[in-house]
Amino acid sequence: MNIVVCVKYVPDATADRKFEDDFTVDRVGVDGLLSELDEYAVEQALQFREKREGEEITVTALTVGPEKAVDAVRKALQMGADSGVHVVDDAIAGSDYLGTSLVLAKAIEKIKADTGADLVVCGMASTDASGSVVPAMLAERLAMPQVTLASVVESQGDQVRIKRDNEGSTEVVGATLPIVLSVTDQSGEARYPSFKGIMAAKKKPLETWSLTDLGLDADQVGLSVAYTQVEDTTARPPRTAGEVVTDEDGSGAGALVEFLASKKFI
Amino acid sequence: MSEVLVVIDHAEGEVKKPTYELLTIARRLGEPSAVFFGSPEQGDAVAEKVKKYGAAKVYVIDDAQIKGFLVAPKAEALQQLAEKVSPAAVLLPSTFENKEVAGRLAIKLGSGLITDAVDVDESGTTTQSVFAGNYTVQAKVTHGTPIITVKPNSAAPEEAEGAGAVEAFAATISDAAKGAQIVATQPRQSTGRPELTEAAIVVSGGRGTGGDFAPVEGFADSLGAAVGASRAAVDSGWMPHAFQVGQTGKTVSPQLYVANGISGAIQHRAGMQTSKTIVAVNKDPEAPIFELVDFGVVGDLHTVLPAATEKITERKG
Repeated sequence: MNIVVCVKYVPDATADRKFEDDFTVDRVGVDGLLSELDEYAVEQALQFREKREGEEITVTALTVGPEKAVDAVRKALQMGADSGVHVVDDAIAGSDYLGTSLVLAKAIEKIKADTGADLVVCGMASTDASGSVVPAMLAERLAMPQVTLASVVESQGDQVRIKRDNEGSTEVVGATLPIVLSVTDQSGEARYPSFKGIMAAKKKPLETWSLTDLGLDADQVGLSVAYTQVEDTTARPPRTAGEVVTDEDGSGAGALVEFLASKKFI
Repeated sequence: MSEVLVVIDHAEGEVKKPTYELLTIARRLGEPSAVFFGSPEQGDAVAEKVKKYGAAKVYVIDDAQIKGFLVAPKAEALQQLAEKVSPAAVLLPSTFENKEVAGRLAIKLGSGLITDAVDVDESGTTTQSVFAGNYTVQAKVTHGTPIITVKPNSAAPEEAEGAGAVEAFAATISDAAKGAQIVATQPRQSTGRPELTEAAIVVSGGRGTGGDFAPVEGFADSLGAAVGASRAAVDSGWMPHAFQVGQTGKTVSPQLYVANGISGAIQHRAGMQTSKTIVAVNKDPEAPIFELVDFGVVGDLHTVLPAATEKITERKG
């Protein structure tokens, strides 16, 4: 059995994230890293493997992105994934949801043909685009059941059950492998790479694929054929810090209520 | 005028406010047709409500074959409806489920998708707030039927009488779409307070509460506000995840946001930075939250909030 875990290399949320002149996200000039929310996906993939000790189960970490994106795969290998795939091609830059999910799906199909793809695990969202749609789109493209936004993951053999927190309810969802699973940050703390893990990662197989390797043409993906077009990006003017008072002998509550009343909130 | 499909957000036939906001936005693009996934018995009552906001048609899709499975059947049904009526656009309230439905629908229809819009103008250009609210992005779908998910509080609902003609739509759900079965549903217990994402005022508590949310809740109730929590408070087990405001919880954009005992880490800012007015109460004068505020109190929330609650109650007489 092989598990594919999709990981994304994103600009550090604590850095000064910005856009390029063509309105694509600056993925080179800003320090990047493995999206925090994908660490939970790697963790769940590893736990699934560990739970079925004795069986031959491997974990493949997959990323699509520029040269530096390979760091996201390396981190996954350090955490314990067995092999890595990095899809890199200049033509992919600027892909929207449709393009990105197409490249990922083609890569997963290729992995499936080589070593299998019985379980695809994703994070709940990337920390840059925050769309939360790619896992569902992968399920659609791969024609696999979609078991997404899991806050709790349980499995017994090929049966997977999750808890999913919706806006107004909590659901228990069940499905049989192969499935596309996405997990939230509630699903369980992600492990840190150990020193041993970091050393071992250097020897793990890591393949680099181009669009041609996936049977895709440059004119099927990327900014020029995206189904959506960004017309403008504007930095929000920083909020100007307002009045801050220090509470002394209960003065804070009075000042707070006065402020709220002046703004007609009371 | 061409139809604009608007997916109704509801709980057991109880239509939620974002639906009316979406119908208002849809009128800029064409003639709104509301889409109701639910029991046909509730269709007429729902139609009465949505026609007040301009719905010319109300497509009722019996969800008997749909509600037992996750996401995929809804996307199939919408695909079939969209292929029949060729809408000018499909608008959905930006819930996690609807975003996933929209993603699958985009592939099925070969259409562009924009998520979490906070505005849509007459030309279909959307506005999104990205990078923790530090940037706004204007974008447009350039291929296929625009599929746009819109966040709550993106427009003030404006009434406009529509015909509200009810039309049953029979969708055919494939077996392939029934792979992920919903085996149990537990409705969230109502707190009696407004919905977090829809509320005009949100009062949140963080690490500084020390686990005691009573002052936060009391203050919220005096203002008729929803209660929220930071990730630190949720991770400590003080509040359920459904109350979390931030990158991995809810994104809120109320008229007033009051952060109590919350330092203001990027993870939290991402969920509340676009609020119109921001107020903070925090013991630490160096807390980064004070960089965002319109008004701040350096003090202990356990004394400031109860005193403020009392003053507000007095004022209201």
